[in-house]
Amino acid sequence: MRVHLDSEKCQGHNRCYALAPELFDVDDYGQAVLLVDGDVPADLHDKARLAASNCPEFAIKIVES
Amino acid sequence: MTDIVDTSTIAAAGPASQRPDYVPPTFGTSPEGTHVWQRVPYDADDYGPVTDFTTDFDHADAAFNPKAPQVWKELREGGCPVAHSDRYGGMWVPITHDTVHEVAYDTEHFTSRAVVVAVGRPGDLALPAPIGGAPPITSDPPFHGMARRLLLPAFAPKQIEPWEPEIRTLCQELLDRIGDVAPGETVIDAAVQYAQHIPVNVIGRMLGFPAADEALFRKFVHDALERIAEEPGTREGMDDLGIYIHNQIQDHRETPRDDLTSYLLNVEIEGQPVSDDVAGGMIVLLLIAGIDTTWSAIGSSLWHLAQHPEDHQRLLDDPEVMTFALEEFLRAYAPVTMARLVAKDHDFHGCPMKQDDWVLLPFPAANRDPLQFEDPDTFVVDRQENRHAAFGLGIHRCLGSNLARLELKVAIEEFIKRFPRFELAGDVRWSVGQIRGPRVLPVRILAVAD
Repeated sequence: MRVHLDSEKCQGHNRCYALAPELFDVDDYGQAVLLVDGDVPADLHDKARLAASNCPEFAIKIVES
Repeated sequence: MTDIVDTSTIAAAGPASQRPDYVPPTFGTSPEGTHVWQRVPYDADDYGPVTDFTTDFDHADAAFNPKAPQVWKELREGGCPVAHSDRYGGMWVPITHDTVHEVAYDTEHFTSRAVVVAVGRPGDLALPAPIGGAPPITSDPPFHGMARRLLLPAFAPKQIEPWEPEIRTLCQELLDRIGDVAPGETVIDAAVQYAQHIPVNVIGRMLGFPAADEALFRKFVHDALERIAEEPGTREGMDDLGIYIHNQIQDHRETPRDDLTSYLLNVEIEGQPVSDDVAGGMIVLLLIAGIDTTWSAIGSSLWHLAQHPEDHQRLLDDPEVMTFALEEFLRAYAPVTMARLVAKDHDFHGCPMKQDDWVLLPFPAANRDPLQFEDPDTFVVDRQENRHAAFGLGIHRCLGSNLARLELKVAIEEFIKRFPRFELAGDVRWSVGQIRGPRVLPVRILAVAD
């Protein structure tokens, strides 16, 4: 599974950081920062899906492999 | 820990302009005729109370907020994604998630220079867009981004998280102040005795304003958001707010301290210090926007729990579910509707929009769109897919959303911990206008924690 964060779309709702802190951090302005290099470890697949399906700006995309 | 002031202490002062120490307002409304405010061609008396919201929509009719979800549903079932009302000189109301999203993202055709639909709108001499009276909420790009970047760091998650213990203590103190409770008998007002005190105390502390002014802040909120049918220039309360902020700025200039007000007085935009007008406008925004919004969210959530013991029990049994419940409270009972003015004539999905028409931006309606949410009128305490728009969408995403979430979470947690069972005990009085929430919320306490 791969995860993609569109920083242009991110408006800092911080839902991903709350739901999947292993995959997303936030910067000093509250903007999301992806912590993994695209590939999501198997034990975090559910959290990645959760983050994507709770992003109000549709800024997170998941590509299932 | 500062004292919490009783709500009944609003000073019975006369109109500001009649006081000897009156100075003309620095921010907010100015007297009619200066073109700072422009009267829209609308007199509520010509229309009277709404009898059919699907043909004569008025979000500020007293009958609207009590049944808002039902009205959104009826409008949606009418099949048109954008409603129109002749009120307020012409108002468009997108009601689907798609159209609300589109308006929120389109800063070219929709300006934020006014965000509260009223009988007055900014005139030619108002602080021009892109700044507006209370930046960055009233700003458009590119100024918006600069003003917002000044404020974002103060409200980022890692800055807000440390406030949790203090908010928790505040909630516990408020619950202590309720006094002796006889389970099964005692009825309390969860809005007046609890919810309304939380955000006002928190933002007052963050701004470094005296705790004794709590009741005054609530009056400012009422003046800014609920008295929208009054003539522009006659809203004395807005003058009072301007004077109050002016005095706080002076005080903080003379005695800087470690708070948001001093922070804002020292920030720079493009290498220049911000003017008192801009700093004052930002303070107005922080003070007004953070108060009745969060108070409404807390009240609506407790109103839900008072009628849904199964959800209440689930939160007690499984505190982890709060992560999802919090968002579901925000989705189902989103307190905030915003507004825009049409920036230039254009066609929007077949709607002939004219410059200066109002556009209501009802995030609560978007949150109940069945195309975006499965079974949207059902409260699902652990809803897993929830892209709700309670904090808005696009560049104006609520700046204080992290603080609001923290206050809402802690307020609910402490209330249900203290009162493991409670029920609705009478009529709820809902707010009037764009911020929706209970203003009177009688609940009977059925159990008290040991």
